[in-house]
Parts: sequence; C-alpha cells; structure tokens
Amino acid sequence: MFDLDRWREILFTFQQHKMRTLLTAFGVFWGIFMLVMLLGVGKSLQQGSVKNFGGHTNTIWMWSGSATQIPYKGLPTGRRVTLKDGDLAALRKLPELGLSSSVNNLGGWMVNQYIVRKSKSGTFPTSGVEPEIFTLSGYTMLQGRAINDLDFKEKRKIAVIGPTVADILFEPGESPIGEELEIGGVNFTVIGVFLGREDDQEDQEKILLPNSTLRTTFNQTGWIGHFQLAPKPGINAAVLEQKAKAVIMSRHHIHPSDMNVVGTYNAQKDFDKVNGLFTGIKVFSWVVAIGTIIAGVVGVGNIMLIIVKERTREIGLHKALGATPSHIIGTILMETLIITLISGYLGLAVGVFCLEGLTSFLGQQHDVDMFANAEIDFTTALLALAALVVAGCFAAILPASKAASVDPIVALQDE
Amino acid sequence: MIQLSNLHKYYGDKNRQLHVLKGIDVTIEEGELTAIMGSSGSGKSTLLNILGILDHFDEGRYLLDQQEITKLTEKQAAYFRNKFIGFVFQSFNLLSFKNATENVALPLYYQKVGRRERNKKAAELLEMVGLGDRAEHMPNQLSGGQKQRVAIARALVTNPRVILADEPTGALDSKTTQEIMQLFKEVHGQGKTIVIVTHEKEIADACERLIVLRDGQIANTTSKVSPL
Ligand SMILES: Nc1ncnc2c1ncn2[C@@H]1O[C@H](COP(=O)(O)OP(=O)(O)OP(=O)(O)O)[C@@H](O)[C@H]1O
Ligand SMILES: [Mg+2]
Repeated sequence: MFDLDRWREILFTFQQHKMRTLLTAFGVFWGIFMLVMLLGVGKSLQQGSVKNFGGHTNTIWMWSGSATQIPYKGLPTGRRVTLKDGDLAALRKLPELGLSSSVNNLGGWMVNQYIVRKSKSGTFPTSGVEPEIFTLSGYTMLQGRAINDLDFKEKRKIAVIGPTVADILFEPGESPIGEELEIGGVNFTVIGVFLGREDDQEDQEKILLPNSTLRTTFNQTGWIGHFQLAPKPGINAAVLEQKAKAVIMSRHHIHPSDMNVVGTYNAQKDFDKVNGLFTGIKVFSWVVAIGTIIAGVVGVGNIMLIIVKERTREIGLHKALGATPSHIIGTILMETLIITLISGYLGLAVGVFCLEGLTSFLGQQHDVDMFANAEIDFTTALLALAALVVAGCFAAILPASKAASVDPIVALQDE
Repeated sequence: MIQLSNLHKYYGDKNRQLHVLKGIDVTIEEGELTAIMGSSGSGKSTLLNILGILDHFDEGRYLLDQQEITKLTEKQAAYFRNKFIGFVFQSFNLLSFKNATENVALPLYYQKVGRRERNKKAAELLEMVGLGDRAEHMPNQLSGGQKQRVAIARALVTNPRVILADEPTGALDSKTTQEIMQLFKEVHGQGKTIVIVTHEKEIADACERLIVLRDGQIANTTSKVSPL
C-alpha cells in the first residue's frame, strides 16, 4: 500500500538531519561505487587480455625442436626430427584431432617475401597452408573463395591474400580476383581476399598458397615447417597436445623424456591461466566491495540506532496514540532501505558513468588493447542492488526492533 | 464504562516484588468526571496507565466499555488505545516539529483517515479549545496552557470513550490551571468520561467524584453532585 503520509514523514526526517543522512548515505554509495569500478575494470582487463589470444585459444602448434639429448633404442644423440607428410597422416588418425594443417613458410619462419604485381610491389609473409586452416584460424572471405581441396590436390598456382596486401598491390576499387602476382619469380593467380582474425595485424598482410604448390614449387618437399592442430569440440587442447606429441616422438624414436625435440605450444594453458587470474581478481573485487558495503551498512544501522534512541519519546508517544509495532518497524525499515537504495543506486550510476568515461578516454589513446570496453553487465548490477536490499534489511533489523520495543510509559515519563 | 475488580499490579522480579496495586475495585460510569488523588508513589500513574492500556496488570479484571482488557496483543492494545482512549500528559508531549493542527491530527493518522479529513477535524477541535487562530503555530510558539489545550484537542480528536489525564496541570500556574480545568468541564459537559490524576485540591473539588489511593489501595471514594 502506498502511504503518502509515511513518505512525507521519512523525507521530513531526512531534511531534519541532512548532514547525518548524507554522511550515512556516502558509506553505502562508496561501497557500491567501488564494486562497480573494480568489477568493470577487472572485466575489461580480462576481455582485453582474452582478445589478445584471438581465435587461437585452442590451436596447437607443433614444430621440429632441438636435437636429441638422450640416446634411445641404440640411436645416438644429436638427431633432429624432420616433420613429414607421414607424421600428419599419423596425427590425423588420432580420435581427438579436429582440424589440422601443415604449414610451410616461403623463405623461412617470419621472413617476408618480395612480391611483384605489375608496377607495384611489397614484402609480405607468404605461407603454404591446407584448406582447413581457414576454419581453424577463424579466417573469413572478403572476396572470392578460399583454398579448397582440389587446389591443394592439383597443386594449383593460386593465392589468397590478406586485405593489406590487396590495398598495397592493387588500385583502389580494383578487384584483385583473377589477377596475377609474382612470388619468388613464379606467377600465382589471386582467387580470394581473406580477413584474418580481428585485431591481428599480421594476419591481414599474409599471402596464403596451397602448401602442396609451395613445397613443390619452392623445393620444400622434404619437410613440413610446422603443424597447426585443433581438438574436436569438447576436448581439451592440452590433452590433444600430449597425445600428438607422443605420436610424433614414437614415430621418430625419441626418448619419452627428451621433451624439447618436438616443440609444441598451445594457448589454452595460458588462456586458462589468464582466465583463472581474472576469476581471482573478480573474487577479490567482490570481497573488497562486499566488505565496503558491509561497513557502509553497519554505518547506516548505527545511525538508525542513534536516531531511534533520540526519538524514543516520540516513538513512545506514537505508540500511546495508537501506532502498532508493525507500523513503527515499517517506518524504520523504510527509512533504512531508502537511504541504502538511493545511495546504492547513485553509486551504481556514478560508477557506470565513470567506467564509460574511462572507456571513451582510453578509446582515444591507441594501443590500449589491454583495456577493452570497461563495463559491468546488467546481472552484476542487479546482483549488487539485491545485495544492497538484503544488507539494508539487515541494517534495519536491530534499530527497528529497538524502536518496536519502546515502552511508552518509560518513554513518556517526566524527567 | 470502566469496571475494575480486584486488580493487582507487581513490579520487579519474583523474589523482590513490589506490590504496587493491591486489589483495586472501582466502577466509573459513562460521563463521569473523576479525580484520583493520593500521595506520591501511591500508584496513581500506574493505575491510569493500566486504564489506558499502556501497562499490564497481574491479577483481576478490567472491562472497558464491555470489552475484556486482558492479555491483548500489542496490535490489539494499539487499536484500543487509539479508538477508546485519549491521553493528556503533564508535559504535553507534542511533537516539536509539527504545528498545532498536525499534532492534533496525529491519532487520526492511525485510523487511516485521509490527510484533508484529518486536518479539517483537527481545525474544528482547535477551534473548540479556543486556539482557532493558532492552528499553524509550532509548539515552541505556544504557552504552556496553549500547549495543553492542543494536547486536549488531540486527545479528543478520535472521539474516544475515555479521556485520561495524568497531572495535566502539574506544569501550569494557578490561573492557567483554572482555565484548563474549565476546558475539562466543558468537555465533560458534552458527555465525555474523564479521569484526572492530580495533586491539586481545586481540581479534585471541580470533579464529580474523588478516588483517593493510599499505598496501592483505594482509601476512599466520594461522590457529589456536579457543581455545574
Ligand atoms: N517501571 C517501574 N518499575 C518498578 N517500580 C515502579 C515502576 N513504575 C513505578 N514504580 C513504583 O510503583 C509505585 C507507584 O508509582 P506511581 O508512578 O504509580 O506513583 P504515583 O502515585 O503516580 O506517584 P507520583 O504522584 O509521584 O506521580 C512507586 O513506588 C514506584 O516506585
Ligand atoms: Mg504519577
């Protein structure tokens, strides 16, 4: 039931004690503000860091590492592994394996190739890949098509290029599809332009060829540069990583303890670690903020106790004139809730406002990848508000029961 | 209107009990103006508080307007206080931050009477106690006598069956005391039942009936024809 008189009464009390009400409210305000800030900044840091992992969170890289250090099955130390087609074929028999691709780089790891197209030229990293790499790496096609199985099987001299490559080697508005590029003295026909992972600048300037073509054309038939593997959905990358490594090591007669001969990396572990770290930060934020809120709420309860004590005579009079205990409890409860809710809501609003200011400020600066989109989601905000209401009720219990138990005879006694 | 039979009241715990009211038997008829006198500590206020359902009693029976007043819940007690009883205190007990009208209107709030209705009723009663021109005044802008008039108006605003006053003139000079007593008599003239606890002979003389308490018992009761 909406009771206008009660609201008047409560507002009146607040007006009577402006300073005290303000100070009390500030405690709660600060608690919620801190909660919003901590959670928002924490979450945005997390998003920023996760973004840095791009799409590769579960991709496993595998390459030939250092020479053997432990003799095994009568074989000497100092041997190196050379990855071959047979290795990939063996890996593809693993039930855990999802997508996979062999990758060879023209000129070696991270070495850019000098590419000529009519009068224009540029240097770009050029790799041979298999069709599955597009899905595995999360590439999307902007124009034309991706490399397919037939391209790979027939070792076609075709290329798919990143958008930066298209920008540099072609006129604005000119379609690169069907045009020829000269790569290492050999002509390749552009069949598509792909968009790499968002935020991954290196992806955008790549040139991708069918690996079969690259290896035969540029004399790399004897080896494969590295493998990229992804587990089937639901299977942890670390599990596949171990199994795949064991397969290759056994095929090449490497001692099981000779760990660096076959190099592997998967981002899942780091990703999990970072996520774990942020879960920790989140828990910490809640603990700090809840602590602050509790302090604020204890403050509110304290002030309400003082108010009840001050107004003992008044409460006694109200009772003598016919106020029921539930009416008195209701009034105290409402006063407490109003203070906590209004100040809590303000804390929430100001917190969100500050976060937004922070985001747009940092958005103007460059390379602040680490700090993407500071925000807190709606559920978190609701949760915080719910916590406030509960806390407010707890804060009100003691003063309200004190008020309800005022004995009018004692309260109205003449001094 | 009021029927007390063999009423006992104790204070304190089991072993160090203070027997304050020792078997009070009294009947107060509707429309009576009664004074209670007695030395300090004789139990006058205690008796009045029990009559006003502010306090519990331990033995005996209390009938107020045919209603059994025993073992009421807090909520029921609040309801009866509000509906049947009007209090007037020695120290007025007005809310300092509310003006005369708002103070008088307060008991009606607990009857869920609307604001406009409340203020209208309060204004009528202020008019009746002779303070029609002080309706907007705050308590600190009123004299002691005026404050007690406001308190009497507040006690009357719910049209209760009984007015209970504990030394209503204890804080007033003799001229004002007479004025207040005059007001009580006017109210009595309109047919209200009134019980006044007092130390003052003049007040008692102005009442129809006198009950004298001594050490928690009724020492004597005298009735006379109203001087009105
Ligand atoms: N809350 C209490 N706890 C214990 N004893 C009490 C309490 N209230 C009153 N008494 C005792 O009960 C007795 C009667 O008190 P009461 O206030 O009724 O006296 P009174 O007749 O009103 O006195 P006065 O004329 O001084 O107002 C006194 O002895 C007093 O000490
Ligand atoms: Mg007394």
